[in-house]
Amino acid sequence: MVWKFKADQPIYAQLIEHIALAVITGEFPPGSRLPSVRELASEAGVNPNTMQRAFGELEREGLLFTQRTAGRFVTEDTEAIGALRARLAGAKTADFVADMRRMGCGREEVVRLVEENMRGEKDNGDL
Amino acid sequence: MGIFECKALTKRYGSLTAIDNIDLDIEPGHIVGLLGPNGSGKTTLIKMANGLLAPTAGQILIGGEKPSVATKKIVSYLPDRMALPTWMKMTQALDFFGDFYEDFDRAMAEELLRRLGIDPGQTIKQMSKGTQEKVQLILVMSRRAQLYLLDEPIGGVDPATRDYIINTIINNYNENAAVVISTHLIADVENILDEVIFINSGRIVCRDAVDAIREGRGMSVDAYFREVFKC
Repeated sequence: MVWKFKADQPIYAQLIEHIALAVITGEFPPGSRLPSVRELASEAGVNPNTMQRAFGELEREGLLFTQRTAGRFVTEDTEAIGALRARLAGAKTADFVADMRRMGCGREEVVRLVEENMRGEKDNGDL
Repeated sequence: MGIFECKALTKRYGSLTAIDNIDLDIEPGHIVGLLGPNGSGKTTLIKMANGLLAPTAGQILIGGEKPSVATKKIVSYLPDRMALPTWMKMTQALDFFGDFYEDFDRAMAEELLRRLGIDPGQTIKQMSKGTQEKVQLILVMSRRAQLYLLDEPIGGVDPATRDYIINTIINNYNENAAVVISTHLIADVENILDEVIFINSGRIVCRDAVDAIREGRGMSVDAYFREVFKC
């Protein structure tokens, strides 16, 4: 897992998104045990207290849970993971659409560009 | 009560005021960045905490006590330069730390050195600058101290060594200890800090949590520092 952080956002919020994404993509599968706070903090190169805060937030949201002696696990509730996936996909789409609008792209153009891109027809659109 | 406290602390060198009436309280369990431009007073403050310099006025307290032989037992200090006699072999440096500090975990230091592939028979002098920095940090972080004072731990090393040093700090500090890292290389350390203290001309000009700065100002601590200290 590659950890990259944007300069203009809190680190804990980016950790939350990163871990949530790892759960959604199956890098941390449902029911699997997570590395310890310090291990993951070290891997990400962040403060262990910040990682703890991100874990705490994800526990409150029900994505992770702690078993006193055994450690911290990903929820087995695949429905909750699906809901999270939908939420994150929605947020990413909203960001994308906002960027496109700023460039003056209308609805039709955005839809056309997405379709073209996904069909792989457009390969000269790279910046 | 904090592990590291300053009360109206002042240090003057003749007419130059290096530390100007500082009040400070650092709690255990935190990694704190002491950030400031060159000559802002960072090293003076850390030297006073180690009893290497005496305050002109005010107090500096480690675990509630003035710096002394007793406080040195709980403070692990990384000076801003090589402080080990360079004629020493690695094994002698380990003996040296073991003799001086009751809380030195020799097995841990040996394991970290082994992972780096350092020959125990090599002298400090024979090592590259980057290796010397790593070795000194390993010795300092292998103590089960209550306060780690790291003066410029990443000054003048390559990016891979810098990553190694940062990981060694995260992995090895005692959870109930406080870590104070003095540096002007903010971008490299800001992700591992709980909070930062900006120091300039011997005064504290800002103290806040890293994520509070990023959240409140929408910029990294590094960018904020550049704004505060704009020349």
